[in-house]
Amino acid sequence: MTDNNRKMAFICSKGNLDMAYPALIMGWAALGNGIDVTLFFTFWGLDLIRDSRVDHLEIPPLANTSMKMTMMGIPGDNLGIPNIMGALPGMTAFATTLMKKKMTELEVPPVREYMQMLVDAGAELYGCKMSVDMMNLTMDDFIPGVKDIVTASEFMDLTEGAQVIFI
Amino acid sequence: MTEQVTLNVLEGVDFDDEGYMTDPNDWSKEIAEALAAHEGISLTEAHWNVIEFCRQSATESGSAPTLRQITNGSGVSTKELFALFPKGPAKKVAKISGLGKPEGCV
Repeated sequence: MTDNNRKMAFICSKGNLDMAYPALIMGWAALGNGIDVTLFFTFWGLDLIRDSRVDHLEIPPLANTSMKMTMMGIPGDNLGIPNIMGALPGMTAFATTLMKKKMTELEVPPVREYMQMLVDAGAELYGCKMSVDMMNLTMDDFIPGVKDIVTASEFMDLTEGAQVIFI
Repeated sequence: MTEQVTLNVLEGVDFDDEGYMTDPNDWSKEIAEALAAHEGISLTEAHWNVIEFCRQSATESGSAPTLRQITNGSGVSTKELFALFPKGPAKKVAKISGLGKPEGCV
């Protein structure tokens, strides 16, 4: 049923809370299907593995036309958040709180815990060398489980034969 | 367990297209042993703890538990679970436990 050699690699380039979950959910599903998983964090995606940032990821309602109140658990059909509202102080925190509440209701673990689950299940985590250098980071800035900081070229070697998904 | 014994135990047991037993009530420990052998797993006490948890959980909820439901409910860590049932533990346990395919994303 499942090809034992199937491999998937996720390139995580975004640090917003909503963009943390695609790789976690698909990566977890892949591991659950016996597929080898590699995660590569680049640019803002590094926030997902930064010890000081991973618990403080946020979702901004600004300039997000898909952000309807229904999605965030408030009844109603087409109540969008006008951009001017999204710019008000506290709106990002508000949207973030709603999303976290919704995820908790669905029994989806917080990002830090979820990332640890993937590591425990055998996923390999790597930071992007260029982004790490640009942001003056070291391995000490990352959560446990991050294997190494690698160059784009090394990433190509690591993911030979893998299906690559860019997020 | 020899191939012949395995075949005998599984004789008359119905499976769906993906290899899950269609009726959990037909399940027995001998069937579990045979199915585990088919997956290349030799069942130890640690395996049985997980299997028993899954059977219990499915009786209560009506469906096979997901990975996270297994680790949260049985006390077995993610690491241990992937070591016990490599390459897709929730699905493997569900198969060996005579349950349907686990549904849910976490």
